[in-house]
Amino acid sequence: MFTAERVADKKDWLSGRDHDWEIIIGLEIHAQVASNSKLFSGAPTAYGAEPNTQVSLVDAAMPGMLPVVNEFCIEQGVRTGLGLNAKINLFSRFDRKNYFYPDLPQGYQISQFEFPIVGEGEIEITPEDGEAVVVGIERLHLEQDAGKSIHDLSPNETYVDLNRSGVCLMEIVSKPDMRSPEEASAYVEKIRGIVRALGTCDGDMEKGNLRADVNVSVRKPGGELGTRCELKNINSMRFIRQAINYEARRQIDILEAGGEIDQETRLFDNAKGETRTMRSKEDAHDYRYFPDPDLLPIKITQAYVDGIKASLPELPDARKARFVSEYSIPEYDARILTADKAKGDFYERLAKGRDAKIAANWMMGDLFGALNKAGIELDDSPVNSDALGELLDLIGDKTISGKIAKGVFEKMLAGEGGANEIVERDGLKQVTDTGAIEKIVDEVIAANAEQAAKVADNPRLIGFFVGQVMKASGGKANPQAVNEILRKKLGG
Amino acid sequence: MSTDNTGVTAETVKKIARLSRLHVEPDRLAHLADEMNGLLAWIEQLGEVDVQGVEPMTSAVEMDAPLREDVITDGNVRDKVLYNAPKSEAGYFVVPRSVE
Repeated sequence: MFTAERVADKKDWLSGRDHDWEIIIGLEIHAQVASNSKLFSGAPTAYGAEPNTQVSLVDAAMPGMLPVVNEFCIEQGVRTGLGLNAKINLFSRFDRKNYFYPDLPQGYQISQFEFPIVGEGEIEITPEDGEAVVVGIERLHLEQDAGKSIHDLSPNETYVDLNRSGVCLMEIVSKPDMRSPEEASAYVEKIRGIVRALGTCDGDMEKGNLRADVNVSVRKPGGELGTRCELKNINSMRFIRQAINYEARRQIDILEAGGEIDQETRLFDNAKGETRTMRSKEDAHDYRYFPDPDLLPIKITQAYVDGIKASLPELPDARKARFVSEYSIPEYDARILTADKAKGDFYERLAKGRDAKIAANWMMGDLFGALNKAGIELDDSPVNSDALGELLDLIGDKTISGKIAKGVFEKMLAGEGGANEIVERDGLKQVTDTGAIEKIVDEVIAANAEQAAKVADNPRLIGFFVGQVMKASGGKANPQAVNEILRKKLGG
Repeated sequence: MSTDNTGVTAETVKKIARLSRLHVEPDRLAHLADEMNGLLAWIEQLGEVDVQGVEPMTSAVEMDAPLREDVITDGNVRDKVLYNAPKSEAGYFVVPRSVE
């Protein structure tokens, strides 16, 4: 039975009429295994094919068909389990979960109930605005996906495409260890980072290759657990947070009005930003699980598990720790830069042989800011790591100042060319020639004689002169040289 | 299955029938419950066997699941898949509407 000992951070409490409330959240993530063929048949799994073309007679549940397990799927289940620091079960078994739905041709889903391939584990998450939290993993099991029902092609009928039917999913079940919408989305982000680093699932949420069922209940902080509702199939971090916020408030309103929460499955309508009943309690399924007589148990050896363990790539947590020690960047930066593989790889290419802290700042500030604003993924960035590196090199060897570099970066984003090319074209090279700078300094002092006389008494005024000189040079004067010359002349 | 079975009632039969999408006339429920209880009582005889220290069996053959490699060997047989469908259109199965 689930328990929920941790009490939410006070900042995450929701205010109520008589007392505050905390949210208790557990997640079931469905991650599609990145296999070529299905869990029990040789039909392909590629996205976007013509309806019912990627269906074998096994997937269509024709009588007499026999499922045969895809060994790659077993291996990915074990790999993912190891990535979740979880117990790998050397004995596991497939069971039938019985229910009727038009897109489930067998009349049951082959899943793992009593003996999942992966048992308990734990991972650490760090929500955007909070402390690190350890989230327990209850289990990971393998199961078949169902087909797809399409309801908008005809007013009175449902169209069914079985292409997804039989595709292998890993269902990763957490313990109810999350206490805020931010923790829930940080958890999904973390799982996504892990499966992507492992290569066991591509993590594409838009295509539904990674999606979450969110269990939400509310209670008086630290009090008795409330009745939970399950929010089905949410496929973006933002929707997960929205759905939890809406659902928690809905439950609080019911409880404060003296009502009771019905344990039910609800659907999140992302257009309206609300949840609504999908299946009520009366319809609650009794799945009548039993071992699938068509399939023999899966037995693996410790040597097999150890072999997979030895081949695991560096995972986000280990990479984060290495970034902190190897590049001497703050933990916060390291966490953001290792959130997914593409970011980490980009950073390592950028930081190699350069000032690692400046590289981190440029990536997290200027680059991510620009990409966010334009809604572009890092993989599609118009400025790649080599191009950004070229710009950082110009700052590094003092050809341009950091400030000028920002403008050059804007032009690079706009596709005006490489950093060297733009600096050359626009004549942006920093003036380090002291004679030239002295000339500008003299002009500025002459124009502000009154202020200049006061510098001796008020050394802070030197800042004003630095600003004026930089302005007069079009930002191209080397700020250090300007400072030195001004101090010499004004004695600040 | 526990030995202190409280038995199958007409209500249980009704529920199982609904979950299995079977139509059972109300006047048949009690009779079916009796029959099921008879079957269960018969199976309960197994309780006499001493299974102390015996691993539960998952299958009748002492072997592991045969595995296949992750290669595409099937699919692209839409005509066969749709052959027995009462109705299909544009490559889809067409069934009575399943949502409101």
